Amino acid sequence: MNALEATGLNTYYGKSHILHDVGITVAEGKITTLLGRNGAGKSTTLRSLVGLTPPRTGKVMIFGKDMTRSAPYRVARHGVGFVPEGRKIFPHLTVEDNLRVPLERPGPWNIARVYQTFPRLEERKMNKGRQLSGGEQEMLSIARALLLNPKLLILDEPSQGLAPLIVKEVFRIVEQTKADGMSVLLVEQNVHASLLISDYAFVIDHGVMAWSGTASDLMADQERIQSLAGASAEEWSFDDDTTEAEERAFNAPASAVA
Amino acid sequence: MSATTISAAPSRTAKPKLHLLIIWAALLTAPAWMGYIGGYDALASRILVFGLAAMGLNLLLGFTGVMSFGHAAYFGLGAYGAGFVLRYWVHSTPLAILCGILLGTVAGVVFGALMMRRTGMYFAMLTIAFGQICYYVAYSWNSVTGGYDGLRGFQRAPLDLGFTVLNIRDNGVLFYYFVLAIFAVCTALMGLLLRSPLGRTMIAIRENPRRARFLGINVERHILISFAISTFFTSVAGALYALLNNFADPTSLYYVISGNIVIMAVMGGMLNFWGPLLGAAIFVTLQDYISSMTVNWMSWIGIIFVAIVLFFPSGVLGFLRRRSASK
Repeated sequence: MNALEATGLNTYYGKSHILHDVGITVAEGKITTLLGRNGAGKSTTLRSLVGLTPPRTGKVMIFGKDMTRSAPYRVARHGVGFVPEGRKIFPHLTVEDNLRVPLERPGPWNIARVYQTFPRLEERKMNKGRQLSGGEQEMLSIARALLLNPKLLILDEPSQGLAPLIVKEVFRIVEQTKADGMSVLLVEQNVHASLLISDYAFVIDHGVMAWSGTASDLMADQERIQSLAGASAEEWSFDDDTTEAEERAFNAPASAVA
Repeated sequence: MSATTISAAPSRTAKPKLHLLIIWAALLTAPAWMGYIGGYDALASRILVFGLAAMGLNLLLGFTGVMSFGHAAYFGLGAYGAGFVLRYWVHSTPLAILCGILLGTVAGVVFGALMMRRTGMYFAMLTIAFGQICYYVAYSWNSVTGGYDGLRGFQRAPLDLGFTVLNIRDNGVLFYYFVLAIFAVCTALMGLLLRSPLGRTMIAIRENPRRARFLGINVERHILISFAISTFFTSVAGALYALLNNFADPTSLYYVISGNIVIMAVMGGMLNFWGPLLGAAIFVTLQDYISSMTVNWMSWIGIIFVAIVLFFPSGVLGFLRRRSASK
């Protein structure tokens, strides 16, 4: 059974037809990445999958259950953790309280494990969400989704606006969730970084699914990456020696990063 | 990790305790000093009553981020509920309060469930509409509510504790302490609520309802729960208001009272637990003083409200707290 299987999605904003017969599959226990230029329809696809902008036609099956047009909280209760673009933590709650908001679902993730995985969050647990740096907010946002113990984790551009050091950390955690048996749908503009950890890839362009296959096939086809995925196809360097500037960016307040 | 961001974290132990000490010392000794500043016992009781109503509303307004301009309905129904018991049924103050709470809260749950289908401005408009329905029912149903003249002919009953009888009917100071005791229980309940998982969820909804949905929270249901709890506390205040005046009138259901309660919460500071109490103290005191000098007291309160909103956008208490934190 696939974790997620969407077929024939046609989504509109008013009269604008955004998604044209889009289909996407997330295999269970695998990382699938959805790539595309700005405005290609990546976020709209996600919104259609999780119930924020329900498709006018089409079907969304999540773990074999028809969740088309289900309310977002029902999608979450069915085992889908969604980390939206731009983080969106609760600014006036402490880190600890932010972590206690999610519905408790049984599973491997609890607050103790979150602190073990993100030691920085434990150091700052009594700080309010708004006092965290951009990188810390992203970690908090991901940690909060993990606490739902989702069977399927959906991340919308988690590396956006973050320093390379943090991006590396985020991708390491995504890989770790796969090791836990979670299925992951990753939407990214960092083509190389996301393809490195993904099993499958989809490329969307102008609201149409333009390519699908294994991540390694796409990786080998540099020309296609350049032409379909667009601007940010440059190589990401993931060496362990962080520069001083990266360190500064990590510690900067959220407003400076975002 | 940057040292500056850590030191910006508020001290969580020392200052709030000092606040509490000042507030409770002032409330406990109010009858002793009210007279010196031109006040009187009933004025102190009225501050507590409206403070409780505004704090109740603020659970919804400040802590859940949902606007209601119709809380007078539950305040007034609380008053009429208490009045009905004393006027038509038994001479018992506790029973009067219980029935007032019951009438106000049941109405809150039913109206809330109907209004929950709409959000934002439409929800706020519906709260006014339901409030006005209650007002016109009270206004027109002469035989039961006394119509325009209000429900008269009842008095709060002395409190029989078994071993002694507290004459809260004739002793204004005793009645003040009775109101203060109920106020203390209510604020303790509110404090516990806000520290509970439900309180955390309410704040999460205020800050980002969509995000809360993705964490598996049924936002509409939680707003309804918050609305119901909010109407519960407002109807407690309403019941006490009827006992304070020995009278329940339709204007206590009127949208002007709803507006006043919102103004109190905003004046004091919606993001502060005690803000609405301070707002109520300022509003009720100003109303009392200025209305003894001019019939146009509303204009003066309006000017002061505008000044507070312009110069202290987070309310008077929000301003005071920020000042003491920056020292």
